[in-house]
Amino acid sequence: MNQFQYMRVTNPKAAVAAVSKDNTTMFLAGGTNLIDLMKRGVEAPEKLVDITRIPLNTIEKTATGLRIGALAKNTAVAEHELVVKNFPLLSMALNAGASPQLRNMATIGGNMMQRTRCSYFYDTALPCNKREPGSGCGAIGGYNRMHAIFGTSTKCIAVHPSDMCIALVALDATVNVSGPKGDRRIPFADFHRLPGDTPQKDNMLQPGELIMSVDLPMNGFAGNSHYLKVRDRASYAFALVSVGVGLKMSGNTIQDVRLAMGGVAHKPWRLTEAEKFLKGKPATEATFKQAAELAMKGAKGHGENDFKLTMAPNSIVEALKTAAKTA
Amino acid sequence: MKDDEINDGSVENPGSSRRGFLKQSSALAALAMTPPAALTAVEKGLDEKLAVAFEQIPLKVEINGAMQQLKIEPRVTLLDLLREQLNLTGTKKGCDYGQCGACTVHVDGQRVNACLTLAMTTDGCKVTTIEGLAEGGPEGKLHPMQEAFIKHDGFQCGYCTPGQIMSAVACIREGHAKNPDEIREYMSGNICRCGAYSNIVDAIMDVKQGGAKV
Ligand SMILES: Cc1cc2nc3c(=O)[nH]c(=O)nc-3n(C[C@H](O)[C@H](O)[C@H](O)COP(=O)(O)OP(=O)(O)OC[C@H]3O[C@@H](n4cnc5c(N)ncnc54)[C@H](O)[C@@H]3O)c2cc1C
Ligand code: SF4
Repeated sequence: MNQFQYMRVTNPKAAVAAVSKDNTTMFLAGGTNLIDLMKRGVEAPEKLVDITRIPLNTIEKTATGLRIGALAKNTAVAEHELVVKNFPLLSMALNAGASPQLRNMATIGGNMMQRTRCSYFYDTALPCNKREPGSGCGAIGGYNRMHAIFGTSTKCIAVHPSDMCIALVALDATVNVSGPKGDRRIPFADFHRLPGDTPQKDNMLQPGELIMSVDLPMNGFAGNSHYLKVRDRASYAFALVSVGVGLKMSGNTIQDVRLAMGGVAHKPWRLTEAEKFLKGKPATEATFKQAAELAMKGAKGHGENDFKLTMAPNSIVEALKTAAKTA
Repeated sequence: MKDDEINDGSVENPGSSRRGFLKQSSALAALAMTPPAALTAVEKGLDEKLAVAFEQIPLKVEINGAMQQLKIEPRVTLLDLLREQLNLTGTKKGCDYGQCGACTVHVDGQRVNACLTLAMTTDGCKVTTIEGLAEGGPEGKLHPMQEAFIKHDGFQCGYCTPGQIMSAVACIREGHAKNPDEIREYMSGNICRCGAYSNIVDAIMDVKQGGAKV
């Protein structure tokens, strides 16, 4: 690991001030992604600003829903009674990620900011436009079993690896950030971005901006939620494909629905077309299959990951069946 | 504000050193000034080892019940601190990337991967390693989980065992050991290359059902 200076801050203002100074300073939260990347030489900040002592780890009711502090640990959020009761999809997605040890360390903000697990991105000896813009994309035409089938560019086909983010995008979350130019709110669906010509940018956060919290609006999906994660082993592995579903049922009719997929794109992938189609339809396997077909429009494999073109729609149907309790 | 003045308390700097840092705004004033010789050495790009000697920053952490007042480099992980500086080699280095769980220890009662924990972030915390698990320390009576691992043959080579045991104790304390399936899921952060998994699950079930205080 490179040498760096370490400083500890206890309030957001000081954190923002410290990181805004230059682009070689980074926030340190749980460290489960950043320290890993520093050990491999993918990141080499000159200064680390330890933000874990900032009191931003509360989970509290608001007038419209729930506010989760950016420094709340993944375990604490997954097991919080308000989350379990109102947003079981978020609990399920968090618990499907990493290991108990890592979830005890990882924070909500850090989880959103985690980088891709593309093996070329991790290996500094290989080309990767995300790590080193202009060096080429090793995964295109290379090992791309874990890679994206939606929204790719000729520069990058990586996926965002977070499970939690699939739940957050499905649950219409909003991110509260504080930066050198003040505070702002970013709809979660617009937080992450597609690679385009600048795959080095994962999201819309500006230099120096600190994620403060995430807001979740109350909804009627708690009774019929499911997070399905398909992976190479039963636990402690990243998703090949994952699906987050929330249904609001009236008898056997789908009144409202939220649907998102992980492991398929550079950002948490919300399935708005399929959602629109499902509204007002009966919860049957036939409608679920039609919805999955709609969701797959525009999907494109890159060789090793062609299996996702079959796995993804099948997973959508399975997840919908489980959420609707028709399985 | 001068560099060595203490700020409003919002920034704590446990004593950094490089010139770049000292040049920062007053809001980030260092608590400890650095010997000028060190700065010159760093600026002239002299031997890293020399610079390192001045990069040590204070850390106060309770490890297995004993308060430790240390000086460390900021990049030292908790795992390396335990093994290389405190000779607590019970905690193992497996992958060093959070993927195997061999380095599992408890920080303030929570199980974590020591390899991805910067030691500096444990300032003021209580750390328990496998050496501190048994009541009365390494010379004391074995912890019930240690005994259960022996009884059920919960290992072959033994390299992952300290991590497995630290994780197993946490698994019961968290309330995640209700049945073998739950144990398997909540022990998934600890890889055993010998494949002693079924005996490990038996050991945990035994301790859980025996009702011993863990
Ligand atoms: C072996 C392994 C397996 C894993 N498996 C999974 C999995 O299955 N599913 C999954 O979803 N994840 C998985 N993860 C990833 C894990 O979820 C992330 O590493 C974790 O969520 C990152 O959170 P952190 O607090 O540790 O972030 P850090 O490592 O501290 O930080 C990550 C990045 O976020 C920035 N940052 C942190 N907090 C803020 C903030 N408040 N504002 C602005 N920027 C911030 C940091 O500067 C850094 O760039 C795995 C990780 C490992 C090591
Ligand atoms: S897919 Fe993206 S992250 Fe992977 S090698 Fe290509 S540019 Fe890099």
